Amino acid sequence: MSANSNRQENTKQVGNLLADTSFLEDIRKQMIRFATLQLGDGHLAEDAVQDALIGALKNATSFGGRAALRTWVFAILKNKIADTLRHKQRVVNASSLLREEDEDEDFSELFDRKGFWQPDERPVAWGNPEGSLREAHFWRVFEACLDGLPPKQARVFMMREFIELDAEEICVAVDLTTSNLHVLLHRARLRLRECLENKWYLQGERNDELS
Amino acid sequence: MMNCREATQLMSESQERKLSLKESMSLGMHTMMCKGCHNYKQQMGTLRKITRAYAKGKNEQTEK
Repeated sequence: MSANSNRQENTKQVGNLLADTSFLEDIRKQMIRFATLQLGDGHLAEDAVQDALIGALKNATSFGGRAALRTWVFAILKNKIADTLRHKQRVVNASSLLREEDEDEDFSELFDRKGFWQPDERPVAWGNPEGSLREAHFWRVFEACLDGLPPKQARVFMMREFIELDAEEICVAVDLTTSNLHVLLHRARLRLRECLENKWYLQGERNDELS
Repeated sequence: MMNCREATQLMSESQERKLSLKESMSLGMHTMMCKGCHNYKQQMGTLRKITRAYAKGKNEQTEK
């Protein structure tokens, strides 16, 4: 392909993608949530996402469609987050570094020695899971529960469920074996489920105070 | 019989990979008899729905 037709093709692709504003807006929101939770700073996150989107769109011919654009934006964003975190590392305090290491939980508070639910931890049926999504307070509870995850679990959980990367992509991106990833995701889901049940569904789904 | 700890691990993994026939059968047996894990299974679906709605900014459409 000549440089000229290549450029034309590129412009056309970018045009198509830019025309679909709701698709771009969805990606942008997803990425900002992700970056904000990983960086702990909304402004840094917005800047990083903007750069990543522009960077990805500039190279529109290198990817073949929507799913690929998402993956591309995320790849750029992830590098930016990694850089930012490396710079921040110097001021990160010791306790949060320890927290990163401290992921060898045994969940003995959830399961007994034979691996069955502790009686008071056995999951109960949730009242109206869909209805909760319309309540602002529910989302604050959800955010608090996400914030409570150990960093490594939070990171892979968000890669999986926010960015919708598949297991293989996550393993490559954060250098994990498949079985490590399965363990981390399992722990994240156990914790989140427990947190939502205790702080929302067992509180009559309308608690006023986060404790 | 499979215990709840193993059952929850498999329910999690089933969201990333296809379980083998043997795995899904023993998991099915377990969740049929265990109310807690039966609930857990429903909640895994709900958790995914909640998280994806959140990532797409659905929470911003609720009143503050």
